[in-house]
Amino acid sequence: MEEKIYDVVIVGGGPAGLAAAIGAKEAGAGDVIIIERDSSLGGILEQCIHPGFGLKYFGEELTGPEYARRFIQKAKECGVEYKLGTMVLSIGEHSVTGINPTDGVITIRGRSIVLAMGCRERTRGALMTPGARPAGIYTAGAAQRLINRQNIMVGKRIVILGSGDIGMIMARRLTLEGAEVLAVVEIMNYTTGLIRNRVQCLEDFGIPLLLSHTVVEIKGNNRVEGVVVAEVDPATRKPIPGTEKLYECDTLLISCGLIPENELTREFGIKLHPVTGGPEVNQFMQTEVEYIFACGNVVHVNDLVDNVTEESLTAGRSAARYARGELKKPEQEIRVTPGNNVRYVCPQRLYPGAPATLFFRVTEPAKKVTLSVLADSKPVITKKLATVNPGEMQRVDLSAEALSGVSTVLVEVR
Amino acid sequence: MKQTDVLIIGAGAVGSAIAWELAKYRLDVTVVEKNEDVGGDISRANSAIIHTGYDAAPGTLESQLVVAANPMYDKIAADLDIPFERTGAILPAFTDEQFEKLPALKHKAMLNRVYDIEYLTAKELLELEPALNPEVKGGLLIPRESIIDPFILVIALAENAADNGVHFLLGTKVTGIIVSEGAVRAVKTDKGEEIRAKYIINAAGLYCDEIASYVGKNKYYVTPRKGQFYILDKKTSCKVNRIVLPIPTKTTKGKLICPTIHGNILVGPTAEDLLDKTDKRTTAEGLASIAEDVRKMVPGVVLRDTITQYSGLRAQRNPEGLNIEMYDDLAGYVDISGVRSTGLTGSVSIAKYVVDMLIESGMKAEFKTNHNPRRRGIPCFAEMSDEERAELIARDKRYGNIICRCETVTEGQICDAIHRTLGARSLDAVKRRVRAGMGRCQGGFCTPKVIEIIARELGIPVEEVRKSEPGSELVIGNLR
Repeated sequence: MEEKIYDVVIVGGGPAGLAAAIGAKEAGAGDVIIIERDSSLGGILEQCIHPGFGLKYFGEELTGPEYARRFIQKAKECGVEYKLGTMVLSIGEHSVTGINPTDGVITIRGRSIVLAMGCRERTRGALMTPGARPAGIYTAGAAQRLINRQNIMVGKRIVILGSGDIGMIMARRLTLEGAEVLAVVEIMNYTTGLIRNRVQCLEDFGIPLLLSHTVVEIKGNNRVEGVVVAEVDPATRKPIPGTEKLYECDTLLISCGLIPENELTREFGIKLHPVTGGPEVNQFMQTEVEYIFACGNVVHVNDLVDNVTEESLTAGRSAARYARGELKKPEQEIRVTPGNNVRYVCPQRLYPGAPATLFFRVTEPAKKVTLSVLADSKPVITKKLATVNPGEMQRVDLSAEALSGVSTVLVEVR
Repeated sequence: MKQTDVLIIGAGAVGSAIAWELAKYRLDVTVVEKNEDVGGDISRANSAIIHTGYDAAPGTLESQLVVAANPMYDKIAADLDIPFERTGAILPAFTDEQFEKLPALKHKAMLNRVYDIEYLTAKELLELEPALNPEVKGGLLIPRESIIDPFILVIALAENAADNGVHFLLGTKVTGIIVSEGAVRAVKTDKGEEIRAKYIINAAGLYCDEIASYVGKNKYYVTPRKGQFYILDKKTSCKVNRIVLPIPTKTTKGKLICPTIHGNILVGPTAEDLLDKTDKRTTAEGLASIAEDVRKMVPGVVLRDTITQYSGLRAQRNPEGLNIEMYDDLAGYVDISGVRSTGLTGSVSIAKYVVDMLIESGMKAEFKTNHNPRRRGIPCFAEMSDEERAELIARDKRYGNIICRCETVTEGQICDAIHRTLGARSLDAVKRRVRAGMGRCQGGFCTPKVIEIIARELGIPVEEVRKSEPGSELVIGNLR
């Protein structure tokens, strides 16, 4: 067995893994390898055939596969190695172990490891939607894969539970394929996905959006025959008796949130943040284990691939720096905490004296608010924001000076 | 016209076990099952426990058969490669009222000849199960209560029966029984055929009253009693190591919490009397009632870690009680009714009892000399060492292709499930055999892939791939 040691080993070849690989190469890493479970690079972008990617990063509108192609091309040009069809089953000390049909069980060593496994979708089971268990219930992403990659149509009359981005995009996609989308049903009193998707995917196609509603029963013993939708009390989110209405449909899609896929992370013993479901990181995307970095939806679920790219380039660059002996864990890290109307902030820890970009989400939608960042209780940034929405991630940049000699940072929106 | 010696109606736990037992004899045996897969209805949705019979009504046939069945499982599980573990069960008491019931429960266990039941102190209980409500006052330990993979149990019994020559007619419903001159002669099926049989065994579970009505022996009727359950993620923070049973009240046996053989946590069931034998819906109220009761025993249980919920229907006989009967005025007919929640456990002893009954009644049955008692299970990739995995992949590349990420199920296992004896024809049938789609993403990632594998392996178009029974087609076909 060859004992090759890579500078950077990346788990996952989606947008996060690709950008991390490029970032690592750009920062001077030697051997960099991506391990990807699917038969091609690109990850979930390969099934996102709709436009809307790259507006921030490239300043032009691309489809998912086009966006992925640019990164795949670039990764290949800068000499990134990759192994496809390889499922990583565990992370070890400076190593990952996976399997594939040709190598069997394979262990790959790396000075740095980057976790870029992405996320999965919340299911009907996790939502505890009552009723029968017929065929015809899919997560929005599974339906998207079937239609866009496998050329398989899932149904004719569709109800979508949840106004996540994939659900709204699939509402449009299914309509374009001739299906009838009866409604998008959202338990919250706002759409949980991007506003632009609400406009372009639902409003432009006349698809009804039922806010403060949920599915209270699934009917049909073999195939879905209908779903019962009821209004919910916006305060308690409990169904209001007497408001039930039957929608006769053959398919229910679920688009109720994404969960970072951190089985490997957890198995290795890295703690997961209770709100994001991902490992805590600092502004270098470094986890609590100094040679393990993480980026993209495995850390926290992003709205835009452009953000994923940005933080993944950082993760890759940082991993390259660690591989050559830099970025050892500092003695003291700055703790970042969410304040008023802030659900979470990522990164959760900061290296002192280095600039940082903080990404955060609000808990409740609000208009005309003030964002404040306080370092050791002193305001370092105050900014007016016209509107904030839980579905739209916010960012704020902090300078190295602002982060010098402080021990806590608080982000709040009032 | 087809002809067989013994015809069994139903391939649930009881029917499959009888087939498994009869396969040991030189007999032509045929099982007729209305579903497309073996495994029945009730036998697929239950608490997956192999009981000791400690709480059966003493002196009853159910007590006799469940108590007899429990010790059989070590050998059956080993022979047929069935995941099985003797975890034991505890019955903790949290109130004085419950505590005072313990001696009576222990005495009942003694009457049922479950002599290994023991008292446990509160301290001992908390050492065994740190997640228990610390107000526990004491309780009982029933060491041989065990957990099993209920799908594999029934599938394994049926597979072994089929490997030893039993015929299975799946997707075929018995619609009538022909009787003449005081004996059963044949069954009629929904396929328009008649199958002649010397012996006909009614193992139709929830529908045994309907079958009995075909021969005028419907002296009882069956109503479904729904039980709803939660399955929790393997990674849920609050787990138990063994079966934790509530102290029964006058009206209900109550809700339990236990580990499953695959490391999830099972919580439930409810007990709701219904009329509709197809109503397997879960309900918000039912699930909420489970939460309340189980938290009294294990306050820290995290039900939001649920990955799925299901409900099963127990076959409640009216009047109550397990009954296995042959009739003087109806030669060749065996009626089995009143198989309830202990039926999964009791299936193997019921099988022995029924076959003995048949032989005693004069059935000619010669033991086979070439009977194979063993079944080779599908390799469980998730539980293998790296060396074993490497070896398997070297032998067959398809074991190097992971299809279900959550449960680490490979293409090789799925293909084995499809192509073996009584192989899987549907998504759920694959799931029951290899657990693809049973993990925390509930098939989100693997369903599209499994649909394609089933279509490819069976040589059918994707729109014919079903979740389970006809009418449960998963997709409507290729787009273009």
